[in-house]
Amino acid sequence: MQTYQYDQTNICQPTLAPALATRELEVFYGDKQALFKGSLQFPKHRITALIGASGSGKSTFLRCLNRMNDRVATVKGRILYHDTDINQRQINVYQVRRQISMVFQRPNPFAKSIRENIAFALKQQGLHDRAQLAARVETSLKAAALWDEVKDELDQSALALSGGQQQRLCIARCLALAPDILLLDEPASALDPISTAKIEATLAALRHDYTIIIVTHNMQQASRIADYTAFFHLGHILEYSETEALFTRPQIKVTEDYISGNFG
Amino acid sequence: MSRKTTDRLATGTIYAFVGVVVAILCGLIGYILITGIPDISWHFLTSAATAFTAGGGIRDQLFNSLYLLLLTLVISFPFALGCGIYLSEYAPQNWVTGLLRMAIEVLSSLPSVVVGLFGYLIFVIRFNLGFSILAGALALTFFNLPILTRSIEEALQDVPNLQREAGVSLGLSNWRTITKIVLPIALPGILTGIIISAGRVFGEAAALIYTSGQSAPTVDYGNWNFLSADSFLNPMRPAETLAVHIWKVNTEGITPDAVAISAGASAVLIVIILIFNVGARFLGQRLYQHLTASKSK
Amino acid sequence: MDRMKQNLHQASKASYQDYFGKSISLFCASLVGMLVVAILYFVMTRGLATFTQNHISLRSFLLGQTWNPTQIGANGQPEVGALPMIVTSLAVTLLAALLATPFAVGVALFVTEIAPRRGGQLLQPMIELLVGIPSVVYGFIGLSALVPLMRHLFGGTGFGILTGTLVLFVMVLPTITSLASDSLRAVPLDYHSAALALGATRWQMLYKVVLRAALPGILTAVIFGMARAFGEALAVQMVIGNAVLMPKGWLTPTSTLTSQLTTGIGNTTLGTLPNNVLWSLALILLVMSLFFNSLVRFIGRRGRMQK
Ligand SMILES: Nc1ncnc2c1ncn2[C@@H]1O[C@H](COP(=O)(O)OP(=O)(O)OP(=O)(O)O)[C@@H](O)[C@H]1O
Ligand SMILES: [Mg+2]
Repeated sequence: MQTYQYDQTNICQPTLAPALATRELEVFYGDKQALFKGSLQFPKHRITALIGASGSGKSTFLRCLNRMNDRVATVKGRILYHDTDINQRQINVYQVRRQISMVFQRPNPFAKSIRENIAFALKQQGLHDRAQLAARVETSLKAAALWDEVKDELDQSALALSGGQQQRLCIARCLALAPDILLLDEPASALDPISTAKIEATLAALRHDYTIIIVTHNMQQASRIADYTAFFHLGHILEYSETEALFTRPQIKVTEDYISGNFG
Repeated sequence: MSRKTTDRLATGTIYAFVGVVVAILCGLIGYILITGIPDISWHFLTSAATAFTAGGGIRDQLFNSLYLLLLTLVISFPFALGCGIYLSEYAPQNWVTGLLRMAIEVLSSLPSVVVGLFGYLIFVIRFNLGFSILAGALALTFFNLPILTRSIEEALQDVPNLQREAGVSLGLSNWRTITKIVLPIALPGILTGIIISAGRVFGEAAALIYTSGQSAPTVDYGNWNFLSADSFLNPMRPAETLAVHIWKVNTEGITPDAVAISAGASAVLIVIILIFNVGARFLGQRLYQHLTASKSK
Repeated sequence: MDRMKQNLHQASKASYQDYFGKSISLFCASLVGMLVVAILYFVMTRGLATFTQNHISLRSFLLGQTWNPTQIGANGQPEVGALPMIVTSLAVTLLAALLATPFAVGVALFVTEIAPRRGGQLLQPMIELLVGIPSVVYGFIGLSALVPLMRHLFGGTGFGILTGTLVLFVMVLPTITSLASDSLRAVPLDYHSAALALGATRWQMLYKVVLRAALPGILTAVIFGMARAFGEALAVQMVIGNAVLMPKGWLTPTSTLTSQLTTGIGNTTLGTLPNNVLWSLALILLVMSLFFNSLVRFIGRRGRMQK
């Protein structure tokens, strides 16, 4: 096993206006530190990919961004959104999560009908007009490229859908709430190539309206869809730059080894 | 002795043990059913008990048992639900929570006479409720709370965490996520828990002898005003339950056909508990199917 | 974009919902906690009143052999010796557990290891049903079938420790069996195949590997059974004879703590010595139940440490 130096990093500062930025973010699970001083800027209406080996802290980082780690970990540092540090106690987390939505690695539709999966959160927010609800259901299913497959069975249980369909339903469920930023944690890892391609197409179409941050193990996927890519290693963010630059001219030895498959 | 012989001997012993136990089981259930079923008649189920003459029924006791059960569940379920939700969803992992869990364990292992005694002191005497259904239901609540709380907590814990994350990540409050997403999924488990605890409450007697009392005054089954003294719904009247009745006719020994009455009442008790058990299983399965696979055609 | 900033800082409907939910569930939880504290407090203060208010010495209560709270004894104090009840309670509990354990373990092995199909499908639901049979029903059967049988076989009244033990044996058998089966089922399957692959006979595998692995669970099951037996009131009360006398043989009428409580409560008035000593009996029951509880915890912790 080679030893690498972690104090050497190459983190770019995108010139585009940031939608979200972290400053020296650190995460502790009990005594164990899982993330070290992570500072990244995510440009607006771009796709950013987070890559790195298993256990390198990608999910940990991602889950901080909409405060999903509140109950499991201690998160230090700042997360800037609309000039506000949202990593503070007094911040309204529900508001944060409405703006910064998350799709998980394993599809997790509610045990309700397809329609209700999407309408549920809208109803909770006070939208009860049937026509409006129906319209939101339709547009978000279309945006997630699922409409054609399910339009005749909206009242069936979402659990009867295939894994890929369930995952796109979960994306649609987020989109229906019109968030600002979409966080995706390996959304395609449990899916076959066809479903994966569909989800990639969906994301590519969404990039014009949303800021997307996606964790992926699949480097081809990252290079296909992402504008920017960050490389995580053992809780450190070692390299962050435009995707093409990162994959063709990595500045750091670890990144290079990881990308070329000579890792470890 | 060779290994083979030991093996055969041990297996034989286990079979013998099982044989004895099966004989006991069959003997028990057979005894109750064979002596009890012939005593069950429409008359037995629908007429009042008599103390000094033969031929009394169990109408009032049966009703009291059911009414008491209902009242107990109505009182204990909301608290058990709140407590179960707290333990499963909100409780931080610290010593206070540990203490609370221990307290619930202690409560569930408390002998029911002690609970009855406490109920007698507090509800019957201090709160001046007298021997009454309400006092009985409160005592049974003590007895029921820990079982129910635990089964609710377990049912909630069985719901995958992904479902909670799904709700919370959409900006829903934890509370809405719990009530609208987690609880519906946990419902079959919770219902099973309720029914099983109902079986225990239904057969309980020791906690009731000195709380709901040992007498079954005649009540008017047509009087729906639960404030009126002779209404069957009046929670302030004493109410001997089926289980207490079995105990009483046997220990007092003044009813001539005590054995027949007890056997009949025991059979009724067991049949109802059997229905609870089977019902819990059936309902659990049906609801589970309904919630997961559902109408996928 | 000022509005967004404001929104992020303001409480919303969701914040209030969560505040509400957390408060209400915490309220229920603390209520349950307070109930337990209340019970413990009342039983303790009442139970200790015998010693603090009535100045009975702990020694004469725990070791005295005559129980007659309304009478003044030779030493100038009321006769409140609880020893006969303590002895009888312990005796029936231990004997019932001793008798039930081999049967319970045998049946549990049968259900989980030897004939999981046939045994599991038939015996399992039956055992679960038996766990749920009310204790008065056991008491009634004991009274109407077992007592006459004992009288017929051994003479005397038919009431006593032996009858009580047998009734409790049948009562705790399903409890111990079903808990022991659970712990046997939790033994990983690899253990079985590993042992059999080494050429062990089935009994060697069961005895040396499976039973050993499940031992903490089985012990816990037995303790649960004992706790149930010790706290059981009516079933025992119906067959024990209810005379507060030292048990002189297998079939002499005697009394347990619970049976004395059951018969005594209605005949005393609150605040008087005869009532206070009953609370002291309840206190013994409470202490024993706490003892069984901590035993279970202790075994659980030991079992976890070894893994
Ligand atoms: N809930 C938790 N409690 C304790 N430690 C955790 C927890 N979640 C993650 N960790 C630890 O934090 C480190 C980073 O985990 P994380 O899940 O962020 O990795 P990852 O990069 O997402 O890996 P993968 O690609 O496998 O999903 C790991 O060492 C993991 O063991
Ligand atoms: Mg991950």
